[in-house]
Amino acid sequence: MDAEFWTTMTLTFKLALITTIILLFIGIPLAYFLASTRSRFKPIIETIVSMPLVLPPTVLGFYLLVAFSSEHAFGKFCEEVLGFRLSFTFEGLVLGSVIFSLPFMVHPIQSGLQNLPKSLTEAAQMLGKSRTTILFRVLLPNIKPSLLTGIVITFAHTVGEFGVVLMIGGNIPGETRVASIAIYDEVEALNYATAHNYALILFAITFFILLLVYLVNRSFMHKV
Amino acid sequence: MIELSVKKRLLSAEGSLELMLETTIEEGEFIAFFGQSGAGKTTILRMIAGLETPDSGHIIVNGTPWFDSQKRINLPPAKRPIGFVFQDYALFPNMSVKENLRFALQKGDNPAIVEELIEVIGLRELADRLPAQLSGGQQQRVAMARALVRRPRLLLLDEPLSALDHAMRHKLQDELAKIHQRFGLTTILVSHDPSEIFRLCGRLYHLEQGCIKKAGTPSEIFVKEKISSSFKFVGEVLAIEQCEMIYLLTVAIGTQVVKVMATEREREGLTIGSPIQIVSKAFHPIISPITHDDREQ
Repeated sequence: MDAEFWTTMTLTFKLALITTIILLFIGIPLAYFLASTRSRFKPIIETIVSMPLVLPPTVLGFYLLVAFSSEHAFGKFCEEVLGFRLSFTFEGLVLGSVIFSLPFMVHPIQSGLQNLPKSLTEAAQMLGKSRTTILFRVLLPNIKPSLLTGIVITFAHTVGEFGVVLMIGGNIPGETRVASIAIYDEVEALNYATAHNYALILFAITFFILLLVYLVNRSFMHKV
Repeated sequence: MIELSVKKRLLSAEGSLELMLETTIEEGEFIAFFGQSGAGKTTILRMIAGLETPDSGHIIVNGTPWFDSQKRINLPPAKRPIGFVFQDYALFPNMSVKENLRFALQKGDNPAIVEELIEVIGLRELADRLPAQLSGGQQQRVAMARALVRRPRLLLLDEPLSALDHAMRHKLQDELAKIHQRFGLTTILVSHDPSEIFRLCGRLYHLEQGCIKKAGTPSEIFVKEKISSSFKFVGEVLAIEQCEMIYLLTVAIGTQVVKVMATEREREGLTIGSPIQIVSKAFHPIISPITHDDREQ
């Protein structure tokens, strides 16, 4: 296994880690909003959040690519005002992954919050607590299994993403070349041995991550 | 003093119904809302707490408007100084007994009240346990104590004892009565159990279809026939045994359990848990002083 192999592997997990952290900050408030709102726009927001689940990755990738291009407003804004390019860069990959993995973080947290008895929130309100205090002291500590599921599935899903990454990131070693792309590339070049190295590591890591979730969640269940 | 004048349209399983209520509750009273489920009892409590909004009307507590549809005032629940005990207790599963109580402290509150309440409810040994490790009766007491941490002037109890067994219910009714005396709180109880109301409340509202059907003291409302009697007790049937031609009823009266005879006709329609009144018109009471030893029993 050469240096390039490790560069690709590191990049893959760096992308997954950053995406997961960003999504944790976006996902918790969004899930809290969706779980508690009575707004009539809720179905629309829920639809948008869930779209990446059913949309072909290439469709999403295509639109992101168009949006990122410096010929369009968003891409131009990023390049001229914020000073970075999004198409075929790592930053672009992170943004794409955040959008693509959004439902994997929001759904478990939202359903965890919705399954908590409403009286917990109401009891805390009657004790004079603010919405933020209620979220962090009462609600989140009681949905640890859902939080863990959200984090792990988001991470694993970002590691495994192919279509969107290929569309907006391409295959630049050390910048946008992640493991799933590398496998495809090596197979095309008939380097089955290298492809197998990537594939086996992804296979093993995914297996152990998921196993960990189920083991930990089982111990949560037993504790309660 | 609480001035209540509220209207709200409710959607229930039997269609919609208009909840209409106009009354005042005096400081320090222990009153009950009684009625079938779906009559709107819990909704009234939730409107006072701010967890539900009336369609129109006003709720004024000691001169402060908590809700006024005309002046567009609607104080959020967190701003209303109320102790609320939920039917399912709503203890925070991630916090121990003590942490549940501490969570109720406001900025600048003296934490000594937590220790005091733990003593009052008699859960010193269980203070570090999580709610899931407590029995139903213990959980109920924690919920009660937690509602008192803020030293509210108003205590709202939503069927607080309905999930408990008979004996525990009786025990906690006594504790509720004691707490009411000790803290002098205006207390509003929602219940469908006449014996509970009898034991605790000075006044009750009988709700039907969202409106007050009757209001008065428990004996005015529950005891239908007026019998001039020397002795009258209200109790609850604990057991019914048949002995040859007659029946032997075990009845809980207050904290005591007594056995009384009943004829077949009297027994008709009684089941375990039925509230009954026992009246004796002419009999020769045997009176003896209570010595210390007797009281111990």
